Amino acid sequence: MTSRRPPWALSILGVAAVAIVCLPLVYLVIRVAGAGPEAWGVLERPRTLTLVAKTVGLVAAVTAAAVALGVPAAWLVTRSDVPGRRFWAVALALPLVLPSYVLALALLAVSGPGGLLGTGTPALTGFTGAFLALTLATYPFVLLLCIAALRRADPALEEAARGLGRTPAQVFRAVTLPLLRPAIGAGALLVALYSLADFGVVSLMRAEALTRAVFLQYRGAFDRDPAAVLALLLVVLTILVLVGEQRARSRLGTGSRGGRTVRAAPVVPLGRWRAAAVAFCAIVTGVGLVLPVSVLLVWLLRGSPSLDGVTSATLNSLLVAVAAAAVTTLAALPVAVLVARFRSRWTVALERTGYAANALPGIVAALAFVFFAARHAPAIYQSITLLVVAYLVRFFPQALAGVTSALSRAEPKLEEASRGLGRGPAHTLATVTVPLVGPGLLAGAALVLLSTLKELPATLILRPSGFDTLATEVWTATSVTQYSQAAVPALMLCVLAAPAVWLLVVRGSRGLDPLGN
Amino acid sequence: MIRRIAPLAVTVAAVALSACGGGDDADLTIYSGRNEGLVGELIERFERESDLKVDVRYGDSAELAATIAEEGDNSPADVFFSQDAGALGAVEETLSSMPRPVLESVPARYRDPRGRWAGVSGRARVIAYNTDEFEEGEVPDSVFDLTDKRWRGRVGIPPPNASFQAFVSAMRLDVGDERTREWLEGMRDNDAQLYDNNIQTVEAIGRGEIDVGLVNHYYLYELRREDPDLAVANHFLRRGDPGSLVNAAGVGILKTTDNQENAARFARFLVSDGAQEYFSDKTFEFPLIEGVQPPAGLPRLGELIGPQVELGRLGNQLRSTLKLLDEVGFTT
Repeated sequence: MTSRRPPWALSILGVAAVAIVCLPLVYLVIRVAGAGPEAWGVLERPRTLTLVAKTVGLVAAVTAAAVALGVPAAWLVTRSDVPGRRFWAVALALPLVLPSYVLALALLAVSGPGGLLGTGTPALTGFTGAFLALTLATYPFVLLLCIAALRRADPALEEAARGLGRTPAQVFRAVTLPLLRPAIGAGALLVALYSLADFGVVSLMRAEALTRAVFLQYRGAFDRDPAAVLALLLVVLTILVLVGEQRARSRLGTGSRGGRTVRAAPVVPLGRWRAAAVAFCAIVTGVGLVLPVSVLLVWLLRGSPSLDGVTSATLNSLLVAVAAAAVTTLAALPVAVLVARFRSRWTVALERTGYAANALPGIVAALAFVFFAARHAPAIYQSITLLVVAYLVRFFPQALAGVTSALSRAEPKLEEASRGLGRGPAHTLATVTVPLVGPGLLAGAALVLLSTLKELPATLILRPSGFDTLATEVWTATSVTQYSQAAVPALMLCVLAAPAVWLLVVRGSRGLDPLGN
Repeated sequence: MIRRIAPLAVTVAAVALSACGGGDDADLTIYSGRNEGLVGELIERFERESDLKVDVRYGDSAELAATIAEEGDNSPADVFFSQDAGALGAVEETLSSMPRPVLESVPARYRDPRGRWAGVSGRARVIAYNTDEFEEGEVPDSVFDLTDKRWRGRVGIPPPNASFQAFVSAMRLDVGDERTREWLEGMRDNDAQLYDNNIQTVEAIGRGEIDVGLVNHYYLYELRREDPDLAVANHFLRRGDPGSLVNAAGVGILKTTDNQENAARFARFLVSDGAQEYFSDKTFEFPLIEGVQPPAGLPRLGELIGPQVELGRLGNQLRSTLKLLDEVGFTT
């Protein structure tokens, strides 16, 4: 089976997809290599070092806080008798419908002088504001992965520990936490990658971070080579995070994953902690979900937000998101088939390379494509095609992880059995492969759809002139501080994102793993 | 299965990509360094009157100038509608000659001496201040006073904004690079608060986040339309102070345009009575053609005396001004 040579067409498609994914990074390196010493000077400035330090500080703080929120929350909704535990399991994951910059907007709106909470509150801007918004936007990643891991884990170990007279706290530390390590690691990686790549939150909060510096440099200087140099610095930081995570993982081992357990884990009675547990869930959901949605509703009811352009922005958002989801999933398919059905050293290498886009924050991909297309591909410059290709590159790892895990569920033996029973390839595809693989593919596509809807920096920089999406409408409203004008497009985004988030929450966290493990 | 999936994938991908292909089907593409809130309505009016399909790309003027430079011969833009003369001047090599009637309708001070761009509306730099905290008499008459400790952390500036950049260029031409750098460093060390644009700066003054800000005069009126009680007023500076620069928003037609006639039509529209009245009534800018009334309650354009700097010289300074702002630390 593994010795079979893959069909040429499939190999060519797979290589082509990965080549497109690598194109921006390669072009960026070429551009930076050709830049004069003046552009490199940007690296020698003391400010750049401060910038890197502040970026790393923000990413580390957000990652730690997201884990600190996500892990206890996951434990509460899977292992404890917290009242309304099914409700909280869903509610705590729901901030995923909000783009992180909408969360930031809400925090800005309620705090500081002139804020909705009154003038007494300190302004949540800068580091504090960015930290809060990013933490609230990313802890659901950790939560979902940990819930899945806890549901999968064999409760026997925890039961045994309790039988030996350990307190719940001791059981958690000695048994549950080690079980959760791989999930926490994957979640922390997602959070770190997300906050390193985030552009909207740090811009709105005017927090110092590399993504914002790249954008300011791009916008504020005639010579754009220094922006390219800073962008590459951001890529290097991202690669360091990825490498660091790999190291940590190989040191820890992957942990036993076990099969899906049918048996429910024993419920830990919280006793006098019940009220505190409910308060914890309520506060997190309150700040992360109820507050921002309320702010949007208040704006909607209070002001008289114009509906001009919302319809066309909604259609545009849907158009590019559906196109991106379809194209990205289809582009990932040949690579996933190659590695699932024709596993060899080179197909595995191809798959790994496909995950390289993880090292490419949106602002970096956008810059690389602008540089490349303005000079070498004028036909697609500022076209929807280029925008969709940029989404493809940016979200290829998500699609690849989704498709690969979906394919792994369709055993080749089942297809072979079908063929052996005399069914043709088309019939087999329709009656065996598609039903087995389809739901997983859809989930992967849904994730790409969700990410594309919320995507900001690449959309801002690469969109055709006069092409507004919901995300850019929110951005435009904030750049002239007409926050209330952001309400309608922001709410619309949440509504469109809801089905995709629902799918993720209901189907669990499959496909969330950035490395497709 | 594979043999089935591969062609299927190619087909669907091709269909999906071509469906979203689109392309340039507009009759005119405008790069606008002026924000949509101010000129969106005007451009819509032009679309209606001319029956042309117009695409607008909004951004900061300097950003769009850099974009035009980067795009070179591939630029999709037909017209560059800039917030200030400096950004137009910076890309004057890529601009073709403006139609003579357009040039001749505006005063010589507000157009390129070599006829490649024309100003369409005038604006003055001011210090906007919070009226709850200050009387006008307490507001400095010169930008050089703002590096005083008394204003520490209380002054807002918008470095990405083209009008701010033009003011810095004018200061360099007026008092020299060294004094300008000293002033910028003084502002930085005095903890000047940085904003993205004029509107954000004026709003921050209104909220009491800062006391004063260096902005163009007309944003105040734009915001008052939404909030008549906004506690902000403009203070016009001492005659000849670099901070009192009188600049022009303007328009240029790209050499690479394939819609020359439509582009010229847009330029003519901007200096028509209707558009000039729009600037006066809606954006509170100074009209530049004869016979259109200036905005009510403002000094006349002729009464405002800025530094003795020709607008046509600002363009050559943009690159080095941006570099200076970057070096001082106002970019990253």
